[in-house]
Amino acid sequence: MKIGVVTFPGTLDDRDAARAVRRAGGEAVALWHNDADLHAVDAVILPGGFSYGDYLRCGAISRFSPVMEPIIKAAQGGMPLLGICNGFQVLAEAHLIPGALTRNHELHFLCKDQKLRIENTDTAWTSSYSPGQEIVIPLKNGEGAYMCDDQTLAVLEGEGRIVARYVGENPNGSRNLIAGITNERGNIVGLMPHPEHAIDSLTGPSADGLGFFTSVLKSLVTGSTK
Amino acid sequence: MSLDTVSMAQINPDMVQPFAELGLKPDEYARIKEILGRRPTSSELAMYSVMWSEHCSYKSSKVHLKQFGDKAVKSDALLVGIGENAGVVDVGQGYAVTFKIESHNHPSFIEPYQGAATGIGGIVRDILTMGARPIAVMDPLRFGPADAPDTKRVLPGIVAGVGGYGNCLGLPNIGGEVVFDESYLGNPLVNALCIGVMKHSDIKLAKAAGAGNLVVLYGAKTGGDGIGGVSVLASETFESKGPAKRPAVQVGDPFVEKVLIECSLEIFAEDLVVGIQDLGGAGLSCATSELASGGSGGMKVQLDKVPLRDPSLSPEEILMSESQERMCAIVEPSKIARFLEICEKWDVTVTVIGEVTDGSHLEITWNGQLIVDVPPRTVAHDGPVYTRPFAQPAYIEKAAQEILSLPIPSTKDEIKATVLQLAAAPNLADKSWITDQYDRYVQGNSIQTQPDDSGMVRIDEETHLGVAVATDANANWSYLNPYEGAKLALAEAARNIATAGAKPLAVTNCLNFGSPEDPGVMWQFAETVRGLADGCLEMGLPVTGGNVSFYNQTGSVAILPTPVIGVLGVIDDVRTRTPMSFDRAGLELYLLGETNDDLAGSEWAYMHNQRGGVAPLADLQREMRLIELLVAGRTKKIFAAAHDLSQGGLSATLTEMVLRHNTGASIQLNNVGMTLLSETPGRVVVAVEPDQVGALTEEAQSQKIALTKIGVTGGDALVINSASIPLTELRLAHTQTFPKLFG
Repeated sequence: MKIGVVTFPGTLDDRDAARAVRRAGGEAVALWHNDADLHAVDAVILPGGFSYGDYLRCGAISRFSPVMEPIIKAAQGGMPLLGICNGFQVLAEAHLIPGALTRNHELHFLCKDQKLRIENTDTAWTSSYSPGQEIVIPLKNGEGAYMCDDQTLAVLEGEGRIVARYVGENPNGSRNLIAGITNERGNIVGLMPHPEHAIDSLTGPSADGLGFFTSVLKSLVTGSTK
Repeated sequence: MSLDTVSMAQINPDMVQPFAELGLKPDEYARIKEILGRRPTSSELAMYSVMWSEHCSYKSSKVHLKQFGDKAVKSDALLVGIGENAGVVDVGQGYAVTFKIESHNHPSFIEPYQGAATGIGGIVRDILTMGARPIAVMDPLRFGPADAPDTKRVLPGIVAGVGGYGNCLGLPNIGGEVVFDESYLGNPLVNALCIGVMKHSDIKLAKAAGAGNLVVLYGAKTGGDGIGGVSVLASETFESKGPAKRPAVQVGDPFVEKVLIECSLEIFAEDLVVGIQDLGGAGLSCATSELASGGSGGMKVQLDKVPLRDPSLSPEEILMSESQERMCAIVEPSKIARFLEICEKWDVTVTVIGEVTDGSHLEITWNGQLIVDVPPRTVAHDGPVYTRPFAQPAYIEKAAQEILSLPIPSTKDEIKATVLQLAAAPNLADKSWITDQYDRYVQGNSIQTQPDDSGMVRIDEETHLGVAVATDANANWSYLNPYEGAKLALAEAARNIATAGAKPLAVTNCLNFGSPEDPGVMWQFAETVRGLADGCLEMGLPVTGGNVSFYNQTGSVAILPTPVIGVLGVIDDVRTRTPMSFDRAGLELYLLGETNDDLAGSEWAYMHNQRGGVAPLADLQREMRLIELLVAGRTKKIFAAAHDLSQGGLSATLTEMVLRHNTGASIQLNNVGMTLLSETPGRVVVAVEPDQVGALTEEAQSQKIALTKIGVTGGDALVINSASIPLTELRLAHTQTFPKLFG
């Protein structure tokens, strides 16, 4: 299975995401922001970083990259798509998922080992987890507070589209402790913390993050996203 | 201002020039005239003034620094030594590692965020320039008292700047230091270290060889920022009055630098450059003169081709501008097309600004008119050298005679109160408030980060080869005895590498001092360099490079002598490292090394406002045996944990160990007060499984290192003799200091 990993100018975690894909047993394919060809990948990851230096708004410029056109089209057709951190911000800017990511409530960059609860295991990216499973993976960002209007929040909660929630103290001011959400179909997931940095307890706080990558490989094999 | 050309300089030899305003002394100006056989043009004057500044020319320190060469050990590990942008060390398996520290002290006082940010940016470009991929940064920092109003201004800004720039570059921050002392009020120290890795064959040097090769400027456009930053900022003492110097601080854009790194690495991978130099202090003046002197000397540059952010800049300003995120490469004409193509791919501005000639002069033109015509070595390397007078300051004798009068805890309540007080002291308290603002995970190879003794990164995912780096300085000891202080800082940094089981390999340094024009400060500096050179020779460690920062003083009050020593070590398999602490009960705790009554220069003395006494002497032979023991303990799998003792003594070390994995310990000590507080160097606490005690005893005996059993692990308290401190209470004391101070 081929998983594309996009590099925008200023992307930082592309090599980490590719490593996580390989560790899970998939083939990582590098996708370049300026190349509108998906090179026959089966799923795509938009990794973390500071694409375009966070100019204008985080993800606002990358969202218009040539590679995003075929990605948006394919994702709307059901291709699994994961946006991590800056990738989540790109997904929000592209309106593939609702809401926005705003400045952390303490107003500075925060890097910590964060406990999460997996709330929805029916998405393409979370089926390897058990419902309610608690995991610890790194959280690291300056603009990670998830915001949306009350109506959207009610829909997300009502439809079970909160994929993961922070456990314990709210680290960044996200509404309802939201760490990640999915679209209606469950193939697109936006996640603020970094599972690609937790595939091995040697270099991360745990190996808990690997499940996101094994999940998508599994979903591609079974052909179901929900 | 009209254009001043070489021909005008010949026609009009007696024109009055503002050399003094540019920081040049009358004899230095006379020397420039002698070199050129005429007065310099204003552009030449600009170049000489920045390149002959203290910051760029090391004119006050050179005579001392040459000891690093004179006393150098023969080391097969050293691939590139002092003099290049950064030294390069062989770490095995075909890998080479480059590392270096630089200071950005003065700019960070004026503009904390940008000063610190561009400090990171500058050192990262130095490492990139060697051909290496930057893989980690560290930030040794010094501030005025933690509760001083100005520290509240300076510290959050500096931390945000280090994080803002480093995080955006995708470089894990794997360690550093934060120390508070009155002498840094008005003189904060921002030292930045970067580590890079490459294959041996990829090493690049700053040289412009081969007539006809092209001089290529790429990266950010040149603006008016940082003009004169080098001479005005780094070489002058801050006075309370005088004009605001803010415009002289550079402004960084880490996004541009990130793209520049990836673009450069792609260019290096295709072997498209003959030589390369980054533009840092002194900007184009430095890059062109150093590249030209690295080759035959001949180079022609069309300065009007430099892409500008501000089209109103004069040629002098363009030569002096310290705009960030720029690189200068020497490229063969046959390779320029591909070079331009890679720059285009990364949207990096690139311009051919000149070519290498077979002459011996650096010639710079502005719209066809010759404005600079100099032998480049005279600019880059043949600057003035001063043998500044130095003399032992009066305080040395006085301090040595001072008898310390410090409370030594002995009762249960006193012991508990002392341990809690030390745990909460700003110099010893938990630094997460700072380090949580730094990305420590990016690149996926971080093995150890703060609060471990050293930072450790994996450099090969298959073989698990890794490197460890630690930086240390104990300015209190250096104040009492700068010669021993330098050796002790070296020993501590090496020990901090070795506790994890890595083998020390090479040394870098950042020497932060007051004004070299003060003979007492100059003596501190001379003694420090002598101590470091002697120490490195004795320990068999090569010095790969370094940085000197003078003029860290306000009025007549200098900072404590602060030689920050960085040691790089190698570990053949990062999976086998010895962790800093224990996570289970039933382990036995031993103290390696003897404890003497060493309170002079200790944190306990500092907390009681006592600066005097006699600092400990470095016993480097013993330190080397201890390092052997620590490395053997890892390879023979004897240790479950090992943690260094330094500031705050055994009390601080035990606090950090029990809190790391929330596993308590029961400790029994003789002479409990002194044993908790003394800072005798060369000591380490190790945890071992009971069945490893025999092996530990044997190793300690063969290395002649004193071994004392101090307790066992387990429980939810740190128990010292009859005093019991619940971990929850200890954690509260340790972790609340920074959030309370800086919110």
